Amino acid sequence: MVKQEKEFVNRPDNTAFTQQRLPAWQPMLSAGIIIPGFVLIGLAFIGIGVALFVTSQSIQVLEVDYTGVEQSSPCFKCSDPDVKNCVCKMEFNIDSLFKGPVFFYYGLSNYFQNYRGYGVSKDPNQLSGDLDSFKVPSDSCAPYEYVGKTPIVPCGSVANSMFNDSFKLYQIVSGAKIQVTLDGKGIAWWTDYNVKYRNPSVTPLKNAFNGTVKPTFWSKPAYELDPTDPANNGFINQDFLVWMRRAALPNFRKLYRRITEGDYAKGLPAGNYSLEIAYNYPVLSFDGRKKVVLSNVSWMGGKNEFLGIAYLVIGSMCVVMSIVMLIVYAKFKFPEEE
Amino acid sequence: MKDVDGNHPIRPRATPVLQEFAGEGLRTLALAYKDLDEDYFHQWKRRHHEASTALEDREGRLDQLYEEVEKDLLLLGATAIEDKLQDGVPQTIEQLSKADIKIWVLTGDKQETAENIGYSCNLLQEEMNEIFTVSGNSPDAVREELRNARNAMKPDAVDSVFPSERSLVKGPKVLMDEEVNGEHGLVINGHSLAYALEHGMELEFLRTACMCKAVICCRVTPLQKAQVVELVKKYKRAVTLAIGDGANDVSMIKAAHIGVGISGQEGMQAVLSSDYSFAQFRFLQRLLLVHGRWSYLRMCKFLRYFFYKNFTFTFVHFWYGFFCGFSAQTVYDEWFITLYNLMYTALPVLGMGLFDQDVNDAWSFQHPRLYVPGQLNLYFSKRAFFKCALHSCYSSLVLFFIPYAAVQDTVRDDGRDVADYQSFALLTQTCLLFAVCIQLGLEMSYWTAVNTIFVLGSLTVYFAVTFTMYSNGMFLVLPSAFPFIGTGRNSLNQPNIWLTILLTSTLCVLPVVTYRFLLIQLCPTINDKVMFKVRQTKASPPPPTRRARIRRTSSRRSGYAFSHAQGYGDLVTSGWFLRRPAAPRPLGPAHAGRATTGFSPMGRSAGYSPTGRPQNAKAPGVEVTSLQMYRTISDAAL
Repeated sequence: MVKQEKEFVNRPDNTAFTQQRLPAWQPMLSAGIIIPGFVLIGLAFIGIGVALFVTSQSIQVLEVDYTGVEQSSPCFKCSDPDVKNCVCKMEFNIDSLFKGPVFFYYGLSNYFQNYRGYGVSKDPNQLSGDLDSFKVPSDSCAPYEYVGKTPIVPCGSVANSMFNDSFKLYQIVSGAKIQVTLDGKGIAWWTDYNVKYRNPSVTPLKNAFNGTVKPTFWSKPAYELDPTDPANNGFINQDFLVWMRRAALPNFRKLYRRITEGDYAKGLPAGNYSLEIAYNYPVLSFDGRKKVVLSNVSWMGGKNEFLGIAYLVIGSMCVVMSIVMLIVYAKFKFPEEE
Repeated sequence: MKDVDGNHPIRPRATPVLQEFAGEGLRTLALAYKDLDEDYFHQWKRRHHEASTALEDREGRLDQLYEEVEKDLLLLGATAIEDKLQDGVPQTIEQLSKADIKIWVLTGDKQETAENIGYSCNLLQEEMNEIFTVSGNSPDAVREELRNARNAMKPDAVDSVFPSERSLVKGPKVLMDEEVNGEHGLVINGHSLAYALEHGMELEFLRTACMCKAVICCRVTPLQKAQVVELVKKYKRAVTLAIGDGANDVSMIKAAHIGVGISGQEGMQAVLSSDYSFAQFRFLQRLLLVHGRWSYLRMCKFLRYFFYKNFTFTFVHFWYGFFCGFSAQTVYDEWFITLYNLMYTALPVLGMGLFDQDVNDAWSFQHPRLYVPGQLNLYFSKRAFFKCALHSCYSSLVLFFIPYAAVQDTVRDDGRDVADYQSFALLTQTCLLFAVCIQLGLEMSYWTAVNTIFVLGSLTVYFAVTFTMYSNGMFLVLPSAFPFIGTGRNSLNQPNIWLTILLTSTLCVLPVVTYRFLLIQLCPTINDKVMFKVRQTKASPPPPTRRARIRRTSSRRSGYAFSHAQGYGDLVTSGWFLRRPAAPRPLGPAHAGRATTGFSPMGRSAGYSPTGRPQNAKAPGVEVTSLQMYRTISDAAL
């Protein structure tokens, strides 16, 4: 029927999609959902907050600042930049058993590893073991790219500024010093160690570094970072990896060693301890501070009271707001007229 | 006129029939004929030719000739024509006036016809306090009538048009709305409108007209229609919409902000020059109250949300600057910055802009007051933008400082680093994405399947893409482009990271929820009330109650367009409104300062002169239209 076809040829689609009649859920901020919801969230947050707070309280942390700013500090003599190869000793006391496994961190403050120019100053190709970039480092490494005409490996300011203080921990038991064994294995991320950073596949490793020079601030080249253990030498040195993982904030701590062996596996017993520091790293020029942190961990990581307190505060505020909203709802229920 | 059959006169039978037709509101026509002798006709034709090419008194001479030949016709009978309004016109007009839309009718029909139409389509109501008629013949008469109308509506009104005329504010002056007691209507015909649209009087006219609930301009020419629209556009802070169906409406449609053409019997001229077109007038209701309203709602929600998500995204960098030595270090991964607007938040916003509705179309019809927020520009004004910026500021503070404090000096549960830059970036970006997605969920009030897929899909895509980019495979392909390798695996398996994400997203969103809930309870808007009602009925709305309308049943007024008065060909052919300089003619007493072709409102169309008054010469270059050929027979019996 021609007429019928003509009638319908211009008619638009009448599906639910084109006519905007799709079935939909239309939520509304009604009192029946909001007020119980707030109460539930509040109670849940209070519960989490309590758990976090209690856990955080149970974590033990000991900090020892060894920058040597005050004259009375044992490391004051080392803080002079002209003094090289200085060794100083800090004494501290532990009151009760420091539960193991104990983690040994070094901390820096006022140190902006998150500075953008600093952060881009490295060559990822070199660090993956690409020999071509040994000869021609990336431009982003400037000014730590060449010494004269010789390329620096590893180039860049991140590598150049590697932390080079070293520590030895002794427990003082009736006048005698017992060394606490520090374990430096597995302190960096598994992916960093196995995937991101690779040594050039040249044996001996030293040969790969022919024609290159070590970074300016380093005392020994990369292939001598740990001559005793080839799995910890070169770019896959654990301390190097930990340092290369740059921190987000100006005050940070980085894992140095773990205390997990021998008598101290269960923790550090109460007593006097002596920390022997090979003080090499200068921080006073930019008003930075150095410290050693001993800490144990739990399921929530290190000691962080903020999270627990924040959850408690937000949880209680939720409960309070739900009461306020209930009062408002009860009093000001809006009337149903048009 | 004589009867055909002398023995059985038709006229006594025709007259009551015609009256009956007119009573029913039909356009009546009487048919009569006469045989002409051929010689007489040739001679008459020759004289007609002479008269039509005469240089003096052409109209008079033609009139004489027509008078001479149109005598002694024999009445055949009577016919009637129906010219109905479309379906649904009165209801549409009623709904639109409830939505605070002022409706003016600009028609070329005669005054009675226009008034009839006004009554039948509910524009003029019997309950109105008064209907003012302006039909003065001179500028002073028109001004007087407008003033009187204004004083009747608002006795204490200030005389000058702009009360604060002393102000030195530059820029176009805006006529503000004035409150009046009661409802009034204004009917003004084209002759008077021609005076009223003059520069000196246009504000006076506009002011009076805007005080009325309904304005009907009858006898307007197409150009005057456009002039009226432009007058409103210029001096009122309002959006104008013109709807028409004929070629004479084209100028009006083009002049208004929004032009709507009705396609139908009168051809496609209006449709071709319009912004929107449909076939029936009643679809205007749907266009405005449903689609226009939804479109405004969607657009505003889209804009507000878009600004919110981008400001939040950016302000976090501002706070981080304090902690990174102001070195412009980005808080997020560079890939995230690239893909944030492109992939992670593009589709959900698009879905909201396409599908969002607050109430469905049936409810929109039932509550025309829902249209008012759009008129008052409530949803996206400077104030709304400022609130959005403030909200973003708060969100960005939460999004930065909570992760900052949570990550301070913390480590993984096996003692290894989690406070490094890359984990912090991942943490912050995940918090941001959760927060903006939940915020989008709060903004959307209509969750179709498409929207749900978009929102949940975007989050899934985020995790999928992130894990892909942080995987070993991508790193080995291009080490320098994917430096974040391993970050996801090493930080996102930590409970404290997830607890931080939960805390941050919740803290971003809960204050908004509280604020909105309290606002709904304490000062509910019309939208809130209607949505509450919808929720209560939870079904399709009850059919609109048939109110007992106080409709006149007087048979004098009808819903159809017909009239017995004279035409308006004068106005068209005089060219007075065209403002062209014409040959100077002896001016009538009524127009000072205007070079016209001697248009006189009391004139006649060419070729018509029942009383023999002096005729007007036609304006040069204006073609004679069929209207001018139409002559009404004035017969007291009809």
